Amino acid sequence: MSNVFEYAPAPESRSIVDLKPSYGLFVNGEFVDGHGSSFKTISPATEEVLAEVAEASDVDVDAAVKAARRAYNRVWSRMPGSERAKYLYRIARIIQERGRELAVLESLDNGKPIKESRDVDVPVVAAHFFYYAGWADKLEHAGYGTTPLGVAGQVIPWNFPLLMLAWKIAPALACGNTVVLKPAETTPLTALLFAEICQQADLPPGVVNIVTGAGPTGQAIVSHADVDKVAFTGSTAVGKAIARAVAGTQKRVTLELGGKAANIVFDDAPIDQAVEGIVNGIFFNQGHVCCAGSRLLVQESIADELLARLKRRMATLRVGDPLDKNTDVGAINSHRQLERIRELVDVGDAEGAERWSPPCELPERGFWFPPTVFTGVSQAHRIAREEIFGPVLSVLTFRTPSEAVEKANNTPFGLSAGVWTEKGSRILDVAGKLRAGVVWANTFNKFDPTSPFGGYQESGYGREGGRQGLAAYLQGGEA
Amino acid sequence: MPTTVPDLSDVTRSEASLRRFLHGLPGVDQVGADARAASLGTRSIKTTAKAHALDLAIRMVDLTTLEGADTAGKVRALASKAKTPDPADPTCPQVAAVCVYPDMVATAKQTLGTSGINVAAVATAFPSGRASLDIKLADTRDAVEAGADEIDMVIDRGAFLSGHYLQVFEEIIAVREACGEAHLKVIFETGELQTYDNVRRASWLAMMAGGHFIKTSTGKVQPAATLPVTMIMLEAVRDYREATGQMVGVKPAGGIRTAKDAIKYLVMVNEVAGPDWLDPDWFRFGASTLLNELLMQRTKMTTGRYSGPDYFTLD
Repeated sequence: MSNVFEYAPAPESRSIVDLKPSYGLFVNGEFVDGHGSSFKTISPATEEVLAEVAEASDVDVDAAVKAARRAYNRVWSRMPGSERAKYLYRIARIIQERGRELAVLESLDNGKPIKESRDVDVPVVAAHFFYYAGWADKLEHAGYGTTPLGVAGQVIPWNFPLLMLAWKIAPALACGNTVVLKPAETTPLTALLFAEICQQADLPPGVVNIVTGAGPTGQAIVSHADVDKVAFTGSTAVGKAIARAVAGTQKRVTLELGGKAANIVFDDAPIDQAVEGIVNGIFFNQGHVCCAGSRLLVQESIADELLARLKRRMATLRVGDPLDKNTDVGAINSHRQLERIRELVDVGDAEGAERWSPPCELPERGFWFPPTVFTGVSQAHRIAREEIFGPVLSVLTFRTPSEAVEKANNTPFGLSAGVWTEKGSRILDVAGKLRAGVVWANTFNKFDPTSPFGGYQESGYGREGGRQGLAAYLQGGEA
Repeated sequence: MPTTVPDLSDVTRSEASLRRFLHGLPGVDQVGADARAASLGTRSIKTTAKAHALDLAIRMVDLTTLEGADTAGKVRALASKAKTPDPADPTCPQVAAVCVYPDMVATAKQTLGTSGINVAAVATAFPSGRASLDIKLADTRDAVEAGADEIDMVIDRGAFLSGHYLQVFEEIIAVREACGEAHLKVIFETGELQTYDNVRRASWLAMMAGGHFIKTSTGKVQPAATLPVTMIMLEAVRDYREATGQMVGVKPAGGIRTAKDAIKYLVMVNEVAGPDWLDPDWFRFGASTLLNELLMQRTKMTTGRYSGPDYFTLD
């Protein structure tokens, strides 16, 4: 008899999500119609239209900032930290209670596998609110004073819609700021569900305002005269534009931008776990991760063996329906991103790198790209230098630890890095020499609210998470 | 995989070379291994896949009784159960083997008759392994002469932990010889070896010595089989086949009680070692209570109703 063990479809039910045909903006504690036009948000796995969402105009953004200012002056900045904490704890608990609903909606709108939205995104989101709720009444011990900045304008990307929202909103609120947040135009739905959660938690009106829209809406927030603080996560190009826009103003800025992280595997690495770490580093969330381990640096003496193991492992990855509980790699978030990935992969081919993907059937509708590895890549190749932001790994080799460090640091980015070795002294030595905000040792893509996250150079500035994450939202946080 | 494995006959030339080889195997990062095993445990196996998995798991059971209180009556009852696990459903498959102490082999054999179900006997001063080699070999021969098709031996954990790898290696070879035609399963008692590095080393040691199966535990020490330990062993048999072309089986034993757990193991076999191991010739469950749990789930799949334990025979 055949030994084939086919996993039957195991779809998570969509029925828990109550999708409305259209959504307005969340301003001053209420859902309101925008003054602009509207846009459609689709499921990237099927191209099905999920809902129509209002596009916030300058007038809408102004109303949101005004609401935030009012809430800041009258309520939130005056409220004792212990009282603010109660709201944050309440929000965290509601996120846990409505976890499945949030996870399903996130997978629908973003295309990420339900096992990730369920086991990573939503639990870490709740943990982030719990963590910063704990800080709200202990700010005097954090070392940045207790005076908030005012109104924070926050613009977040589409790769972790809810998690990036939590990274932005939780510390801002804990410190006594109010916020106007814009989710990405391809993934607005969980932010709007979060707005509902704010209502459910009786959060005072205006403390959190959610305005949906694309680039112009983001620009309106960033350049609004009454915004005290700009926090952005997204591409390096947009980050630079924001830095220019706020230059010369009193606004404080934190930017969390792109990356091209080196994942360094030494010849004494725990090899099977290193393979898992490489897979998790680049195929987690379809590679739509700013800190993705997109450059594998492997010691030449084990390169053949490691690559053979990696390819065998990649062949077991299950690509498909994001709502199937057994899916490992979901859909590319948008047609635009898919084009970007294809373009860079074509460049890789043209540059002479060797491309490999496991045999895998991709669905006909929707946006898909197979897990891909390029070998024979050198530092001069564009696929070794530019952020692809997709499930595409570039493999380079090195001979000595110093060469590994040199190559790892030879990038304008500096967000994260990984080191794989069984030798503890080498971990400490190499980690100290790597120019990256986060260095993972014998693991990759692990996120925890207690750990600060942020970059060097073109990866941005400022830290999110941990005690250091408070600095971005307190007057005393200025270096 | 290519490159890393030297000529294995060379490896076992001396205590020193064997030690160098075993300590030169890639290390196992415990946190990473645990995380991978847990992640495989989240696979959702439903409907047709579940029905397939339940039948496969039943066919892989080594139905076991290893009590001081075992009697001929108890063993006969167990052997009958092995032949007809679910008397209410003739489509229910038989188990792979019945596992008993050596003095019960003849009784088990007699009841099993021509069913094709194997008799496995634990030998070599099971479960502690604390006896001289002569006694262990006599124990083994005794079981084989009584008709055992499979011998489940224990390694000398004391020798292993004190670094006398060659002694453990030679003991396995000697027992394998004493087995004659019978298949040899080598039990590590991973709960006593404790580290995953040790489990990987013991796996290579046993495979190079000619064990047909590597097995986690006696069931007498806690923890017995766990998902991560079994994963380390599945990686070892996978790598050993890459290096030598030979397949070795894996048997987790002890502590696997629910159908859900059994399915997690099968998912792990499928995704770590590969589908070639999804066969009773290459993967077994050492278990006693597991069988009825599998039967209850199987009945639920076929009838749509969940019957209580009273509807399934105790043995």
